[in-house]
Amino acid sequence: MSSIIITINGKDHSLDVDPQMPLLWAIRDVVGLKGTKYGCGVAQCGACTVHLNGEAVRSCVTKVSRAAGQKVVTIEGLSKNNDHPVQRAWQEIDVPQCGYCHSGQIMSAAVLLRDNPNPTDADIDAGMAGNICRCGSYLRVRKAIHLAAGMERKVSSRNE
Amino acid sequence: MNPRSPHTSPRWLNQKTMAMLSVGLFVTTVVTSAFTEERTPTTRPFTLVPATAPVGRDSMASVKAFANVYKVLMSPRCMNCHPAGDIPLQGDDSHRHAMAPRRGIDGKGVYAMKCTNCHQPTNTPGLHTPPGNPDWHLPPATARMVFQGRTPNQLARQLVDPKQNGGKNMAQLLEHAHDGLVVAGWTPGEGRTLPPLSHAEFTKAWTTWIKTGAFAPKP
Repeated sequence: MSSIIITINGKDHSLDVDPQMPLLWAIRDVVGLKGTKYGCGVAQCGACTVHLNGEAVRSCVTKVSRAAGQKVVTIEGLSKNNDHPVQRAWQEIDVPQCGYCHSGQIMSAAVLLRDNPNPTDADIDAGMAGNICRCGSYLRVRKAIHLAAGMERKVSSRNE
Repeated sequence: MNPRSPHTSPRWLNQKTMAMLSVGLFVTTVVTSAFTEERTPTTRPFTLVPATAPVGRDSMASVKAFANVYKVLMSPRCMNCHPAGDIPLQGDDSHRHAMAPRRGIDGKGVYAMKCTNCHQPTNTPGLHTPPGNPDWHLPPATARMVFQGRTPNQLARQLVDPKQNGGKNMAQLLEHAHDGLVVAGWTPGEGRTLPPLSHAEFTKAWTTWIKTGAFAPKP
């Protein structure tokens, strides 16, 4: 079995794994990054969301072979000090209840705000529909995304 | 220097020639209008779709072939990604896709809900897991190519109309039967029925329909 090189959170990892292995397995069990969660295993819940070349893929159904030579970002690599606007907003609003789904929620929200810095409620609902929360934290998720959007707007207006 | 006015007839157009040209033009007009009239009969089992200049026009064979084309295009494997709204359908009962992913401008989804975030280059193993293809997408918002709810007449007309089919000409339409995402309908993954014809049978019906004139069944 030849090794597969994947850049995870800016660091190259050479993985001796089956190319058919789900990326989630490689991230958690081989690389040891446990922030990304296993939820359903069939891309129905969004708990395992990571960024593959900037897109919010479901790592439970993404094979390691798809990520070979590509850039993956997990919740651990979203920011250096847990200070991405989405993470700060999540803390300020105190979004999680049990917290299990929220690494996936945050990774999806980061992509949403990158593509749409000023989302409406409808945009948020459309962009976050693939992330399910059994605790029902949806209203706080929406509120936090609006807050994060405001934080990013403040940063950009300061830089102008 | 020639002093002749530009409004006078050239010398080689004498009166006799002009008269012959006028008669010719009249006859052409009458004949053309007669054929145009014949394009809109009310008793045929089909109607003519926009002129496509195929070879071997045969309205009966064309309409017969389209009946098979229609059966395939309206099967869940084709129609589920050609919905009337902006959310795809799924399953053999063509219910609305769980999570309500949106079409997006390019047909590839929006934000964190892009098609290929879940639909991998190949089918995911297991019952009712996401089917895969490297090019998974819906038709774009600019040419939604709706199949759901279309009658055979409506669908036939739509398929050959470049304004509604993504700008495809007849050669491109013929080729479309071999498009990777179209062919993927015949390897849909566990738990999904196949289209009612094999891909070879579909291709034959599709080709026959187009090459015999792409006639639309009667409304």
